[in-house]
Amino acid sequence: MTRFRAFLTSASRWRWALPALVAAGLAFALLAESYPIINSYTQFVLITVGINIILSASLNLVNGYMGEFSVGHAGFMSLGAYASAVMTTKWFPDASWAFFPSVLFGGTVAALIGFLLALLSFKTRGDYLAIITLAFLMIVKSAFENIPYVGGPRGLLGIDKHTTLVWTLFWVVITLWVIRNLVYSKFGRAVVAIREDEIAANAMGVRTREAKILAFVVSSFFGGVAGALFAHQIQFINPSSFDIIKSTEILVMVYLGGVGSLAGSILGAVIFTFLAQALQPLGTWRMVIMPLILVFLMLFRPRGIMGLRELAWFLPVRELSKRPGA
Amino acid sequence: MNALLEIHEVTKRFGGLSAISSCSIGVEAGRTHGIIGPNGAGKTTLFNLITGIYKPTSGDIRFKRESIIGLRPNRVAALGIGRTFQNIRLFRNLTVLENVRIAFDSQLHYSPFEAFFGLSRQVRDEKRSIDESLRLLSPFGLADQAGSLAGELSYGSQRRLEIARALALKPDVLLLDEPAAGMNTAETATLTEFLRWVRREFQLTLVLIEHHMHLVMNLCDRITVLDFGQTIAEGTPKEIRDNPRVIEAYLGEADE
Repeated sequence: MTRFRAFLTSASRWRWALPALVAAGLAFALLAESYPIINSYTQFVLITVGINIILSASLNLVNGYMGEFSVGHAGFMSLGAYASAVMTTKWFPDASWAFFPSVLFGGTVAALIGFLLALLSFKTRGDYLAIITLAFLMIVKSAFENIPYVGGPRGLLGIDKHTTLVWTLFWVVITLWVIRNLVYSKFGRAVVAIREDEIAANAMGVRTREAKILAFVVSSFFGGVAGALFAHQIQFINPSSFDIIKSTEILVMVYLGGVGSLAGSILGAVIFTFLAQALQPLGTWRMVIMPLILVFLMLFRPRGIMGLRELAWFLPVRELSKRPGA
Repeated sequence: MNALLEIHEVTKRFGGLSAISSCSIGVEAGRTHGIIGPNGAGKTTLFNLITGIYKPTSGDIRFKRESIIGLRPNRVAALGIGRTFQNIRLFRNLTVLENVRIAFDSQLHYSPFEAFFGLSRQVRDEKRSIDESLRLLSPFGLADQAGSLAGELSYGSQRRLEIARALALKPDVLLLDEPAAGMNTAETATLTEFLRWVRREFQLTLVLIEHHMHLVMNLCDRITVLDFGQTIAEGTPKEIRDNPRVIEAYLGEADE
């Protein structure tokens, strides 16, 4: 543990390495687009990792930092996926410029619904809010199943493949940057204070309603963004792509990597995605091994691998010396 | 009446039970007001009514001559009423510094947009909040432990941190709910001196609930005695000490 903490502190001297890593990743992604360095399968897996990082980091805001238990993240993903796919297939077909605005549109639609869910969270907490998010997930699914315009249960077909490695990396960086800035601002401290003790937070002048709205809106926005990227990666979406199983997968990534930690969200998404791919040949046995891993994790490390700790890269410089173990 | 904090005929009923009935207290600026009474007398309920956690069934509460009835607890706090809790309620998984910064944050005015993109006002405000929070911690003997988790502090340090955190709000009135709970006589004496210093240094009006009579009698200008939600006596410490109804409430009737 001491060695680990020492690493965290020493990482502060390696701050330049993070932008360097992002630049290297971007250069690699650009190269991979024009030259066949990696095959299409590897590319598919890497894009999936990116989308999963966006999903787990955004859900961590509500479930990890704020300490609620939302099971509706796949619902926001679905709203973003449908909104953006409708824009690129129906409103602006054959217009490749429409992709970026459509991702923003997908995120915005999800954020608007996230705002409504935040209003419900004023009165309800914990288990009861979890049930509301479950209901929300079911409502979204059956709504799409009954709208002929988006294909009903069959879903939307023939979506163009716009989600490249470069776009994915771009959105991963934006997501992590915005959430990191939010978390280490007064708004983020308000969100964390709600998790720790909502009554005490209120008594200390924390505007808890504003914080809840912000957490839900930002979380659902990026959930929607991930959905939009997913739709233009898979090129086909239907309501059952975004069911409770999908929500559960995102939950697993969050709790595996670590609650209240962006480094944990990245770790959780990477481990989960590669494990899911690696266990593919096992067929049904995959569904035995994955849950078992989760059971052992909860027994021995209930807050996840990075639970409530953060890699020094993500901490503001001014806070480094004020951290436990620093 | 010219009181800073005025509680006017406040009643709070939970179902059929009256936790507070027609209670009136006026606290003048700069004074220290004690609230005593047996367990279950409604003392903490009174604090929860003042801070907006509960809404009174009837009556009015005025702070700086404005009614604060119906305001959300965070609004009441921002107006200048800080408090501590009977059973310490710190943000246990956060550092000592973060605990204080959260209370200080209501004085920072940057927008969510400025936070998302880390703009200059946010950076400046954050630096100010760290500096001022650290400065606040040092007289409490907590500056060295700024990076420790609040939940890992000793009991006495946790009590002091809770007061420091409430002071980061820059309140005019500080409500202390049993600050000496769990302390022995020597610790209570130290706390009494400490509260005297806090009161002077931060120019505070104090309202405190306490069972340690030594602390109450030494520190308070006026005392209200509650029993079963009703005010049974009010006056200076000397008047309270000699009041037969108070003795009765605490020790039972004399001629039993």
